[in-house]
Amino acid sequence: MYETNYHRPKTVADAAALLAKSDEAKLLAGGQTLIPTMKQRLAAPSDVIDLRHIDDLKGITETGGGGVRIGAAVTHAEVAGSETVRRLIPALASLAGEIGDPHVRHMGTIGGSIANNDPAADYPGALVGLNATVTTNKRELSADDFFTGLFETALEPDEIVTAVTFPAPEKAAYAKYPNPASRYSMTGVFAAKLADGSVRVAVTGAGEDGVFRVAEMEQALSSNWSPDAVAGVKVSSGDMLSDIHGSADYRANLVTVMAKRAVAAAG
Amino acid sequence: MGVDGIGARVKRKEDRRFITGKGKYTDDMTVPGMGYAAFVRSPHAHAKVKSIDASAALDMPGVEAVLTGDQLVGDGVGNLICGWMIHSKDGTPMKMGAWRALEPEIVRFVGQAVAVVVADTLAQARDAAEAVVVDYEELPAVVDAVAAMEPGAPQLHPEAENNLIYDWEIGDEAAVNAAFDSARHVTSMEISNNRLVPNAMEPRAALADYDEAEEHYTLWTTSQNPHVARLVLSAFYNIAPEHKLRVIAPDVGGGFGSKIYIYPEEMVCLWASKRTGRPVKWVADRTEAFLTDAHGRDHKSHAEIALDENNKITALRVKTVANLGAYMSLFSSSVPTYLYATLLSGQYDIPAIHCNVKTVYTNTTPVDAYRGAGRPEATFLVERIMETTAREIGMDPAEFRRKNFITEFPHQTPVIMCYDSGDYNASLDAAMKAADYANFGARKAEAASRGKLRGIGMSCYIEACGIAPSQAVGSLGAGVGLWESAEVRVNPVGTIEVLTGSHSHGQGHETTFAQLVADRFGVGTDTVQIVHGDTDKVQFGMGTYGSRSGAVGMSAIVKALDKVEAKAKKLAAHLMEASEGDIVVEGGEFKVAGTDKSTPFFQLALAAYTAHNMPEGMEPGLKEGAFYDPTNFTFPAGTYICEVEIDPDTGKTEVVNFVAADDFGKIINPMIVEGQVHGGLTQGIGQALLENAAYDESGQLVTASYMDYCMPRADDVPSFNLMTTETLCPGNPLGMKGCGEAGAIGSPPAVINAITDAIGNNDLEMPATPERVWRALAAARPAQAAE
Ligand SMILES: Cc1cc2nc3c(=O)[nH]c(=O)nc-3n(C[C@H](O)[C@H](O)[C@H](O)COP(=O)(O)OP(=O)(O)OC[C@H]3O[C@@H](n4cnc5c(N)ncnc54)[C@H](O)[C@@H]3O)c2cc1C
Repeated sequence: MYETNYHRPKTVADAAALLAKSDEAKLLAGGQTLIPTMKQRLAAPSDVIDLRHIDDLKGITETGGGGVRIGAAVTHAEVAGSETVRRLIPALASLAGEIGDPHVRHMGTIGGSIANNDPAADYPGALVGLNATVTTNKRELSADDFFTGLFETALEPDEIVTAVTFPAPEKAAYAKYPNPASRYSMTGVFAAKLADGSVRVAVTGAGEDGVFRVAEMEQALSSNWSPDAVAGVKVSSGDMLSDIHGSADYRANLVTVMAKRAVAAAG
Repeated sequence: MGVDGIGARVKRKEDRRFITGKGKYTDDMTVPGMGYAAFVRSPHAHAKVKSIDASAALDMPGVEAVLTGDQLVGDGVGNLICGWMIHSKDGTPMKMGAWRALEPEIVRFVGQAVAVVVADTLAQARDAAEAVVVDYEELPAVVDAVAAMEPGAPQLHPEAENNLIYDWEIGDEAAVNAAFDSARHVTSMEISNNRLVPNAMEPRAALADYDEAEEHYTLWTTSQNPHVARLVLSAFYNIAPEHKLRVIAPDVGGGFGSKIYIYPEEMVCLWASKRTGRPVKWVADRTEAFLTDAHGRDHKSHAEIALDENNKITALRVKTVANLGAYMSLFSSSVPTYLYATLLSGQYDIPAIHCNVKTVYTNTTPVDAYRGAGRPEATFLVERIMETTAREIGMDPAEFRRKNFITEFPHQTPVIMCYDSGDYNASLDAAMKAADYANFGARKAEAASRGKLRGIGMSCYIEACGIAPSQAVGSLGAGVGLWESAEVRVNPVGTIEVLTGSHSHGQGHETTFAQLVADRFGVGTDTVQIVHGDTDKVQFGMGTYGSRSGAVGMSAIVKALDKVEAKAKKLAAHLMEASEGDIVVEGGEFKVAGTDKSTPFFQLALAAYTAHNMPEGMEPGLKEGAFYDPTNFTFPAGTYICEVEIDPDTGKTEVVNFVAADDFGKIINPMIVEGQVHGGLTQGIGQALLENAAYDESGQLVTASYMDYCMPRADDVPSFNLMTTETLCPGNPLGMKGCGEAGAIGSPPAVINAITDAIGNNDLEMPATPERVWRALAAARPAQAAE
């Protein structure tokens, strides 16, 4: 690790000010991605701004519309264990409970996960699958607009994610096929029927541009919510990631398999 | 037997310090004034080193020195060697390319060190290492052993034409060819054994301290064999004569073979300590471990087996290409030859065997012994072809094996080994019963009703442990003898120290070795201390690998205990005025049989040291040493049965049952043996399903972290069903065979046999990743549909 300056702001505004001061500053949330990257000397931030002591970024609350607002610095373990989340969006709680291992879940945060937008991360599936809203210190963005590509988001350099708001769906489930080595998602499908009756199928882990929706599956499920409805829908392997763990063909197959399982699990 | 004696499940004495974080590893050692080393490593698999510019690095804060290969060679530090001479079939010696601890001219694998920085702190050393500018001229690279032998392939070493190190053979080729000519059935197949990274929990480390006034070095290091390290460092690498070099291997967190060898980094720390005048510490990070710890396996073979009209095997013919990486590591030459081809007879009576092995240089990390070393490769080949043959001839795989079992001992195989004992039917029967082999069909049908494909596979393995009779290995090319030594020191207060040349890095010697003493004298293991891992304390030793610490190391202790007991009895007889023949040792006391006379152990020890009343001519003290040289290898064997369920949609394999019936001979501590088997099976299942060291064509190791190198985890393996059958080894005093590697040796073919049974396609390589299984299944389906 290179030398760096550590900051511990108490408010989002202070954090934003620190961030704006230097081109080379980085926000630190759970550190589960940033710290290993720094240890491997692949990142060399001049300043590290720790978000974990900002009260505004903490907490899980039920919103007026029956949805859930999760602060950016909330850990995966807190989401997995939250009574509110389990009651309103059980699929989200179980997704969080399947991320990494206990150490990772007690450190890693939802804000860090989505800001990083690793194509193999699980949360992007839930955000897009549930049509969540990302709140930053500057604006609100729909999940569809937030994720823009591999490790790319719509965040501006000095923008900080403060919360994510999920509407409660009528039903939803996440089916994850983990990468055998890293246990990140090799293909994860989040299928949801939202309260307004619309259907979303979001795929993470498989796409070469990160999380994506499968319109054909959404249509099929809108008229017939059953595993059989998606069984015949194949995605193009041309748009899939390919690596030593799974070729594009194999991932394309997994998208269909996991979609069936997600729909079945959602009931 | 006392409560702590042979056969007791004594809890591991060493675990208290390990579990409470109080172990003392090399990285826990500090010496005043210590500097830290960081290596400058090649990012290229094959390149000329045109120049090294250290000027910027030397100007950085805290930097003590930047040292390069030219200085190392100039100081007379020797090249790394391979200590086992193998001759090709044409009689020419193996072609050893020059391996320097820091390479001044041509780097041959990614991660090879070209320079070292020593600085006040680790961070400063790493910063400066990054600032060393190395100008490389890239050369074409080759990573596949078969491709490396082809005309036009990049050449690694001028000594080795076509990258061929040796072209070796064993067995009677004419007899084998004749058997194939008259065979009723021949099965032939291609079999490859995937390359693995050892992944010991503790990465390698070294702390070298040169004392200028005494011209003496101390090296703390992660070694499985500190005396061998000292010997090689002094005799071949010219670091220091043996009496001026102390090697200490303190607590060591796992080795699996990878810590047998002396690597460039340890040598460089010693040399750099003298050069800089300060102690130098280096601890590998995980990436360095992936890139520089000797890898394991990496074979490609063509195998053929011949049967007569009664389905008895008449011959086995094998051609193997083994990838040894960029350089010949310390024992690399012996692994694909005498540790491999000599086991090709398996548990079977095979009249004729011929094996040809070509070993090849490639632009990859050097390959050497890794848990099992040669025997897993042999077992995988034999047990895959046995299973395949049984399927081809339509015979139950268990019956086909049984029909060809060796049943009489000693049995001389056509490939050197003489099996001394065993009962292969006993372990097969035990495993089949425990696996409920007979009712597999019902379980398969039930799995099918859940949409799962269930398969069963077995492996009847044999391996050779207790390496090895010194004269025999010497005649086969070994540069060292492979005996072991021990010293038993009874203190005046009656506590006992056992100094052993074996080294424990996870095996639990502090417990099992103490059990020998407890058993002998009826004392508690808590009064026994095992001393190992320090060349200044222990007389000598060949270290721990090849499951030799029981069969060889403990045998040396037994010999020393015999001598102590004999002297103690003589003294006891003198003190109690009885005849020596009447003295018995029981419950920590020396007793005169048939009387109520007794002397407690501690009193006798005190008497030996006060020496106030000794028999005529007896020397004071109670301390004896012994060297034990085995008379043969030992031959653990057994049957493993694996049952899997496969998800046809994803190709994912779940191991749903695993039965292991092992014959390890005499068992000292069943709990520790079970732990060894658990670990071995997990590594073997890891090889079969998960682990693979993959290089891309340019020679980059693409699985250089746990994000990509798939280590088995607890939930990848089932709860194992273990049992033992016992035939005693006639060759050593305790009848032990060894248990350290069997799990890793025997399990991969059982897993692959089970998967191929489930999917109906025999064409499947390790690791059987979900995608590979999914593809094999897809390939088999049209064929099945046509049936
Ligand atoms: C062993 C291991 C296994 C894992 N397995 C999984 C898995 O199975 N599935 C999965 O989805 N993930 C997995 N992860 C990732 C982990 O869950 C975290 O989500 C991820 O590391 C990022 O979250 P963090 O809080 O640790 O962020 P950090 O590492 O602290 O930060 C990551 C990036 O986000 C930026 N950032 C952080 N917070 C904010 C914010 N509020 N606003 C703007 N930018 C911000 C940082 O500057 C940094 O660039 C794993 C990680 C590890 C180490």
